[in-house]
Amino acid sequence: MLRWLQDYPHFLEWAYRLTHHLFIWLDPLMRRIGYGRVDRWLRPLEEAGKRSVFDCQMCGQCVLHSTGMTCPMTCPKNLRNGPCGGVRANGHCEVIPEMKCIWVAAYERSQKMPIFGPEMILLQPPVNRQLEGSSAWVNMLTGADRQTPLGWIKKD
Amino acid sequence: MKPETLFKSDGRLERVLRSGRFAVTAELNPPDSADPQEVYDAALVLSSVCDAINATDASGANCHMSSVAICALLTRAGYAPILQVSCRDRNRIAIQGDVLGAAAMGVCNVLCLTGDDVTVGDQPQAKRVFDLDSIQLLRTIKIMRDEGVFLSGRKLTVPPRLFLGAAENPFVPPYDWRPLRLAKKMEAGADFIQTQYCFDLPRFRQFMAQVRDLGLHEKLFILVGVGPLRSEKTAEFMRTKVPGVIIPDEIVNRLRHTPGPRKREEGKQICIEIIQQVREIEGVAGVHVMAYRQEELVAEIIEEAGLLPRPLRIGFIAPDPLRRLRKSQEDPPPFDPEP
Ligand code: SF4
Repeated sequence: MLRWLQDYPHFLEWAYRLTHHLFIWLDPLMRRIGYGRVDRWLRPLEEAGKRSVFDCQMCGQCVLHSTGMTCPMTCPKNLRNGPCGGVRANGHCEVIPEMKCIWVAAYERSQKMPIFGPEMILLQPPVNRQLEGSSAWVNMLTGADRQTPLGWIKKD
Repeated sequence: MKPETLFKSDGRLERVLRSGRFAVTAELNPPDSADPQEVYDAALVLSSVCDAINATDASGANCHMSSVAICALLTRAGYAPILQVSCRDRNRIAIQGDVLGAAAMGVCNVLCLTGDDVTVGDQPQAKRVFDLDSIQLLRTIKIMRDEGVFLSGRKLTVPPRLFLGAAENPFVPPYDWRPLRLAKKMEAGADFIQTQYCFDLPRFRQFMAQVRDLGLHEKLFILVGVGPLRSEKTAEFMRTKVPGVIIPDEIVNRLRHTPGPRKREEGKQICIEIIQQVREIEGVAGVHVMAYRQEELVAEIIEEAGLLPRPLRIGFIAPDPLRRLRKSQEDPPPFDPEP
């Protein structure tokens, strides 16, 4: 559907920034309504939007902007820190030979992203599987998406 | 490499590497059998020619004896294994438990892998786990070792002492990002690296140049994966069926133009040449020799490449009480693991 948008990562990067600010601005209102209720309303909206552009898998802890505007959960191995060693010589996926490795695509896109491109080197913590299916937008406001396992934060 | 005052493990591999010697590791192919003797037969041949033995974790997603079990057998007989852990089959709870248990048995080295996908193995119907990825796995074990806690933050009474490894494949895209990903692995906690099979030397040289520019060769020990090809058929099989293996046409042609009975020799020769060439590259700390169910051949290669004697005295290897005499070596089975 709207997948062609991904070829303009710089535009998406701006769109991300805009939504980010918008939500932070709307945060007091959402808190008044109650995050639980907002989550119910927002989830279908978010899903429709992000699925059509990014094939979003609703992991509930979005890192799109740090991974070259490419959803890492679309990697069959769910890798969030870069490609596996099985990428084919033509840059296609080990598991699905017809598909371009999403990390090859992510790397190419990140090169065209002056704002968030450099975040590709960030170490992404383990996925919180409890958030699967919830709205990443709401989780961003409540901070649930940034909560890592206790042991993880101990060092640096 | 600057010497560190404190070693992270009590293993021989770490000591060999930190002393600046060229290290050799080899892969033990796990048996499809409940007989420990098959593990010991292979280990006996490998142990005299290498510093640590990799116990593979269902590599290629084919089911074999588990890596934890092989490590149990090996440590009990005084060998020094590297426990391979892949993220494909187990979640974070199982993995942390396995690592702790392995350390308790005397395992000093752990290699953290993503793991080949279930679809390439003999049971493609299986559910893939991939709860963690290899980098999160590295960091998780590093936290257990350095902070003495589980990922959950719960305390360990005695943390494991482990030398942490990771894999890298410099031979597949995205080429420019591979060195940066290596940096990420270092940041996550890797102490040593074992690479995928190296047949494409120009690509590897380029990769190492980038690695040196980033200064990673001073903080990581890089062991280059090598291995013999028995014939052009094996080569074809490996580059089409085994994920991530790249073999240039020249090497396949060289084997194709060798008469039948000499192919094994020629494959061995190619491997030895590659070892000698990667040895010259700055930043290479050792080699990792892999050959599917051909331990004798691995031993010959290491010997003929001039990597012997291994400094046996560096880590004391206890005499093996369980060691029985090796059965006479039959012809190695063909590489193709499919029925
Ligand atoms: S090849 Fe790329 S998309 Fe496919 S499993 Fe590996 S990292 Fe994921």
